[in-house]
Amino acid sequence: MTTFRTCPTTGLKVQDHADNLMRAHAVVGVVALLVGGITAILVLLTRWQAVHLLNAEWFYRILTIHGMNMLIFFILFFEMAILYFASGPLLNSRIATPRVGWVAFVLMVAGMLLVEWTMFTGQADVLFTSYVPLRAAPNYYLGVILFAVGAILVTVQFFATLVVAKREKTYEGSVPLVTYGAATAAIIAAITLLHGAAIYIPTYLWSLDLMPMDAEIYRLVWWGLGHSSQQINVAAMVSVWYLLGALTVGSVVLNEKISRSAFVLYVLFISMASAHHLLVDPGFGPAWKVWNTSYAMYLAVLASMIHGFTVPAGLEIGQRVRGLTKGLFEWLRRAPWGDPGFSAMFFSLVVFGFLGGITGVTFGTEQINIIAHNTLRIPGHFHATVVSGTAMAFMGLTFYVIPLVFRKQIAFYPLIKWQPYLFAGGMVIFSVGMTFAGTFGVPRRHWDITFSNAPFNLEFSPAVDLLISIMAIGGIIAAIAGGIFILSTVWSVFFGRPLEKGSTGFHGVPPGIHKQPVPITPEAAAAFEAAPTGMLGKAPGTLVLVFVFLLAFVTYYFVNWKLLSFLWQIG
Amino acid sequence: MHSGVESPKGVWWKPAEASERLWVIVAFVWCMVLFAMMPLWHLKGGQNPSGIRSKVDPADFEARTMQFVQDYQVGEENGFPVVAPPPGSHVYLIARMWQWYPVLRLEKDAEYTLHISSLDLNHGFSLFPINVNFQIVPGYDYGLTVTPTDVGDFRIICNEFCGVGHHLMLGKVEVVEPGAGGGNE
Ligand code: HEM
Ligand SMILES: [Cu+2]
Ligand SMILES: [Cu+2]
Repeated sequence: MTTFRTCPTTGLKVQDHADNLMRAHAVVGVVALLVGGITAILVLLTRWQAVHLLNAEWFYRILTIHGMNMLIFFILFFEMAILYFASGPLLNSRIATPRVGWVAFVLMVAGMLLVEWTMFTGQADVLFTSYVPLRAAPNYYLGVILFAVGAILVTVQFFATLVVAKREKTYEGSVPLVTYGAATAAIIAAITLLHGAAIYIPTYLWSLDLMPMDAEIYRLVWWGLGHSSQQINVAAMVSVWYLLGALTVGSVVLNEKISRSAFVLYVLFISMASAHHLLVDPGFGPAWKVWNTSYAMYLAVLASMIHGFTVPAGLEIGQRVRGLTKGLFEWLRRAPWGDPGFSAMFFSLVVFGFLGGITGVTFGTEQINIIAHNTLRIPGHFHATVVSGTAMAFMGLTFYVIPLVFRKQIAFYPLIKWQPYLFAGGMVIFSVGMTFAGTFGVPRRHWDITFSNAPFNLEFSPAVDLLISIMAIGGIIAAIAGGIFILSTVWSVFFGRPLEKGSTGFHGVPPGIHKQPVPITPEAAAAFEAAPTGMLGKAPGTLVLVFVFLLAFVTYYFVNWKLLSFLWQIG
Repeated sequence: MHSGVESPKGVWWKPAEASERLWVIVAFVWCMVLFAMMPLWHLKGGQNPSGIRSKVDPADFEARTMQFVQDYQVGEENGFPVVAPPPGSHVYLIARMWQWYPVLRLEKDAEYTLHISSLDLNHGFSLFPINVNFQIVPGYDYGLTVTPTDVGDFRIICNEFCGVGHHLMLGKVEVVEPGAGGGNE
């Protein structure tokens, strides 16, 4: 027997199974985030050579645990919750087969526990990439396979639910853009997880001495999984931007055609993504590298640049239609900066674009990769994409999930209002320090950059010490913000007060929930359309912002070519 | 007007607004520039990761390196042979847990073909202080043409995790003035 409740805020119909599945995945995701966060601090305090906390063995072990819990478990459990949300409640639909959902959940949890056990007991000191012939215990690979099978089931369930919703006519017209974006994430997830099967099953057999493995082919196929999964994160994150924009300021979709086409570009070029990890590898020729690293002439980059315009422009026009029309930036100045859903979304957008995006495209250039590969520039880059981008967007979403799905007030709400500022600020300092340290050639995944027991001496420039200290301080700030997030979410979910209206209105919920954006009347929309537009179009503020972005991009890109040109001749 | 959580009604395949169209075009042109830079640098630029790439049996690679060391060894440092190959020659460098073998002495402005391969796991070749990085994969010979452009004392860091001694894996390259290599030409 299944029951539905009607969400008093959004008017959406939410099935009890959908509620429970979303909750279960979100809770396990937060547990993984906790493990990932504690290990982040341990790793950080070891790389900060002034503290140098762990010994070498435990450093690499804890780094493996950090990578797996953050990049795989935390992110994917959250994404599975988003898939349930975008297919069920958002379409007013029931979940196709809840029982399969629970089987998938159990598989994912079992896989995760198996992996955790092998990692913590020192049977898998291989880092999350586990490049063969580095060897972990067979159970490690088995755990990953179980986890992936569970995740495949969830994506299949997502599509089944779309079919159910269509057939039962739970919505009119096309699916909303957010569901469309989530669908592209799910398609990418399916492709990604097939790559995962293609690499982890042979590797599992190899670990049992049942078949040989080639080290380079492993890297090729593994990154077919490893990078494609980052594309799931991007598609999911962009969907969350659209979602939070709608919830917090009632942002509009400028043009469905453009936004949806951009999502399609992500799907089309996804299997090429492994190339930019292999640019300075001996196994592949220049033509292959150039074509694939650019995802067929940078069309996936084009997609992100399009969303980088349409998301803020949607906010801008949403605000302008509601009367915030003064100057270029009144819409932004008077945005709900005290709403943690809004601030997290906006910081996610800005940091992802300016730090993560620009560095990513630059380092992923065939030749520039020579001065970036495996240095601290790489983790500097991806902490600006998957952490400041995806993880922060997911945190922002959580501030809406707690009241809407868990029906609870957010514990320590005054702190949570500041949480996105602290997290974004810390992460920016951290990533910038790390990226610049990498410019000096400081290696990633390295226990001792003073080389005290090595056969030769090596001393990095004193600037590196400074940059590493900056990285450490930023990391600690971000970790504190992460701690606040976990404390608040766990407290809210398990001990939180139920959502109810007090005599003085709502407490502990973001304004987007109790003071929803006023609906746009057809008259207001018509007036906006009819109003004369200046030289810069309907979203002039955004146009200025994206050209500032382009300027930063062009500058950073060509500075790197210049740096490259100073090196030895290599060919 | 509708938001991203509402179903668009009717036909939504409509032309984009002017500023949105402008940005799509500008972004597309920029993407083409990004793309064109890579082939262009192959033609005009001095740093490319192409190399001569082939598969190699680790035992063969080890034998070639031992032969190379025997041919051109000029000294010893910290237990590593110091090898000074003549300009224009093929140079061999082994990566293994946890050393870069041997120490190389190269001449400024001379061109060499530097073959690097691993005998065990993946390793990362990272030349300090100029920050030049290549992935070294067991079973594959990466033959890079290199021309050192400055004299000095260089280090090779390993920047791919290769087990618990990873951070001990530090090698050495010296670059000396042309003609000062001291090898038997
Ligand atoms: C407060 C937050 C965080 C801090 C302070 C932090 C810190 C660090 C540090 C110091 C490293 C080691 C870099 C190296 O030695 O190569 C690292 C690696 C990494 N982090 Fe984080 N991190 C944080 C959050 C996250 C999150 C949220 C994710 C993913 C969603 C993440 C994913 C990774 C990955 C994938 C690696 C690479 C592991 C490897 O090289 O094997 N981190 N992090
Ligand atoms: Cu190594
Ligand atoms: Cu190493």
